[in-house]
Amino acid sequence: MSPGNDLATVFLDGESDHLPAVEHTSTTEVDRRTFLKGIGAGLLVLLTRTPAWTQESGRTFGSHDLPKDIGAWLHIARDGNVQVFTGKVEVGQNIRTSLAQLVAEELRVPFDSITMIMGNTDLVPWDMGTFGSRTTPTMGPQLRKMAAAARQVLLEMAAERWSVDVATLSAAEGRITNPATSLSLSYGNLTRGEKFAKTAPDDPALTPVETWKIAGTPVPKAEGRDFVTGRHKYPSDIARPGMMFGAVLRPDGFDATLASIDTASAEKLPGVKVVRDGSFIGVVAPDAFTAQHALSAIQAKWTVPPQPSNNGIFEYLKTHPEAGEAPPSHVSGSVSEAWDKADLKLEAQYTVEYIAHAPLEPRAAVAEWNDGKLTVWTGTQRPFGVRDELMQTFKLSQAQVRVIHPDMGSGYGGKHTGEAAIEAARLAKAAGKPVKVVWSRTEEFTWAYFRPAGLIEIRAAARYDGSLTAWEFHNYNSGPAAIGTPYVVPNQFIQFHPARTPLRQGSYRGLASTANHFARESHMDAMAHAAAIDPLEFRLKNLSEPRLRAVLQASADKFGWGKANSTSELGFGIACGVDKGGYVATCAEVVIEPKTKKARIRRVTQAWESGAVVNPDGLRNQLAGAIVQGIGGALFERILFSGGRIENPHFAQYRVPRFSDTPAIEIVLLDRKDLPSAGAGETGLVGLAPAVGNAIFAATGVRIRSMPMTSGSALNRDTGPVFRS
Amino acid sequence: MESVSGLRYAHPCIEARVDPELVMAEFQLNINSKLVKVEAPAEEPLLSVLRDRLDLTGTKYGCGEGQCGACTVLLNGRAARSCLTPISAAANARIVTIEGLADGGDLSAVQEAFLEESALQCGYCTSGMIVAATALLSRIPKPSDDQIIEAINGNICRCGTYPRILEAIKRASHWSVSGGSQ
Repeated sequence: MSPGNDLATVFLDGESDHLPAVEHTSTTEVDRRTFLKGIGAGLLVLLTRTPAWTQESGRTFGSHDLPKDIGAWLHIARDGNVQVFTGKVEVGQNIRTSLAQLVAEELRVPFDSITMIMGNTDLVPWDMGTFGSRTTPTMGPQLRKMAAAARQVLLEMAAERWSVDVATLSAAEGRITNPATSLSLSYGNLTRGEKFAKTAPDDPALTPVETWKIAGTPVPKAEGRDFVTGRHKYPSDIARPGMMFGAVLRPDGFDATLASIDTASAEKLPGVKVVRDGSFIGVVAPDAFTAQHALSAIQAKWTVPPQPSNNGIFEYLKTHPEAGEAPPSHVSGSVSEAWDKADLKLEAQYTVEYIAHAPLEPRAAVAEWNDGKLTVWTGTQRPFGVRDELMQTFKLSQAQVRVIHPDMGSGYGGKHTGEAAIEAARLAKAAGKPVKVVWSRTEEFTWAYFRPAGLIEIRAAARYDGSLTAWEFHNYNSGPAAIGTPYVVPNQFIQFHPARTPLRQGSYRGLASTANHFARESHMDAMAHAAAIDPLEFRLKNLSEPRLRAVLQASADKFGWGKANSTSELGFGIACGVDKGGYVATCAEVVIEPKTKKARIRRVTQAWESGAVVNPDGLRNQLAGAIVQGIGGALFERILFSGGRIENPHFAQYRVPRFSDTPAIEIVLLDRKDLPSAGAGETGLVGLAPAVGNAIFAATGVRIRSMPMTSGSALNRDTGPVFRS
Repeated sequence: MESVSGLRYAHPCIEARVDPELVMAEFQLNINSKLVKVEAPAEEPLLSVLRDRLDLTGTKYGCGEGQCGACTVLLNGRAARSCLTPISAAANARIVTIEGLADGGDLSAVQEAFLEESALQCGYCTSGMIVAATALLSRIPKPSDDQIIEAINGNICRCGTYPRILEAIKRASHWSVSGGSQ
């Protein structure tokens, strides 16, 4: 949404019960009839791109449909409570809190008076989904604008009521006050009994960040108490009257075909129904335990076709390009000419394995059919995407499907899809009752999707003085996110090569930014050593971007970079990068156990800058969490597969970071109040792996070019000499 | 390649044990200082009994294999994996779940400390973490960092909130030892 086109339209809705019915069509973005029925009396504000609405000023909106391109809306009730409606979802990244802070700030109401209504497709405006660190930079400004417009309207209403100049009035703590008379009115009282539509200023003045009182502060997590008492209901906790429990029979491998099946003994179990629908085979039972028994009682034989395994996967990805390869994303100068003339040259391959998101709450859904309308409670980063999947699967209109997202046990990019929702809906339809489906850990490890594996090939050249002259970078399959280099290099050739992946792959927190940063920053470190220049100095020498230089310096200063030299048992490494508006620099201290030669991360310092900080406590939590999560991919997470099967689909076999893996973590926040806030959920992950790899090299002289670094792949344990011409 | 599907895909709460009869039995459980009667097969794990039969959903399913700690409850004051505890084994124990830790409206010291430290992100592991920490502090009121890590290393937080959880447990320990929860 381009800021210039945003319009805030304000409805004053005094008696919602008497609203005329709103015409509903299959193309409307929400079930507005439901929405308008549900919302109570008070002030309704919508942010829209539809200019036609500016013509509605002063008229009733009763017989008109609501505008379609709506980014968000909010409602102020008579009691002063504010409901904010957005299609974004809370998955642990703390936007339920940070977005409410922004609204409270602009609307001048207490933080606690705000309730965020999120990811409920019948109530909130359409939204593509919660991913790509987009909430803070896009939804944040929309909500601020909407709240500021609402405040302006309230001020004008009070000015009209008191027949005074609006400029003499002030808004604070949910009230409009006239300092001259000491009269004041609460927002709720101000809107009582009113019923007309009005257009708010389309470009309201926003509160300067420097004067923020609620935004920019460490407000504790909204509804935090519900999480420490077990009261919060996650998707897998939802229960409905008469609900049954479903389970789905999984094939014995990917792309398997059913050879034979016998469901007789399963069907004999009390209350069990076996559901077959084409290749879909599931069971419904009165409880989860019986459902599992029924599933185990099914005798099925599968034919699984031969498939690739981890063995040779990187060569496989390089030699199996997807049809219609994309052109290079960046070409400048001539890498070959620069290469031929260079003083220092280094080329190497880097690899990353398939890894699993393994959110602690697996995929889960409860589906309920009522009079042809399907309602599904499920954990997903894309409630509207899942609604579309359900519409397609069951041939339903938008009005017939509602997806509700209870704040879930996270996703990390791994819950964009609606598998469990479709399965629960299918079983509920067959059973004629609400059905809950919760994936097992094994199912989550096997039948979800993975972060792509990838091969990255780099060749880089520099002068003896350390200035880079050439940078060629090829990424096979892992992805194009942050594939470019932030360093100043005159001759570049950078290309992503999509491949035919043997495993189902998809989004993962940070996407390929982790792989591309690991490769680039490891290679930069190797170049620094080749030039015999300190790795920090080498980076600064080739870097002009001031924001990246600032985090690099801040991280190094806090870490004490250069104050001690690495030894054979203690290594220091540094890495930096930028993606999605977040600037990050990471320093790592790695201890090498003298006997076992095992590496342990002892200390990590990370500096971060993403514009104005909305909630410093939430931001620190995200960044420290990203570092800890990054340890898994850096050191030991790897999906093992062969013959169409995942070989390590258990936490006992797929190691994730635990308390004992956690280093001391220092976060340095650079709060740039002069710059727009960017998202911070992902890019905090990318500095850890290269910083650790570089620290291991500093201690041992061994350059590990594979993630995870403990996989021991011979291809990438490169102890060979640097190429010097 | 052919194979027979069997127990490879364990479903929530359950690595099914073969019992084609599924005989229901009545059990009396002592949960959060209340006696409750529940009907379930003797082999059914306490986790699904709590969640599906008693609507005590604060205890979470994370793996069903005792590897993540999301399902931790107190059995006679000790931390136990409810996913690996058959209801028949829990029938004679004092069971405390996350729902039973707060005393009326007052949060326990550990719960309060988790809020003070903002020691959660998505919060899905939080119940298990708080219950495990409660068991630890009742056994060792002033644990060292190493003792804390040893006690809760079996609890996974995929959001990576470990440093704050560690601080929260230390804060709760400090309150308890110094004789007050605030």
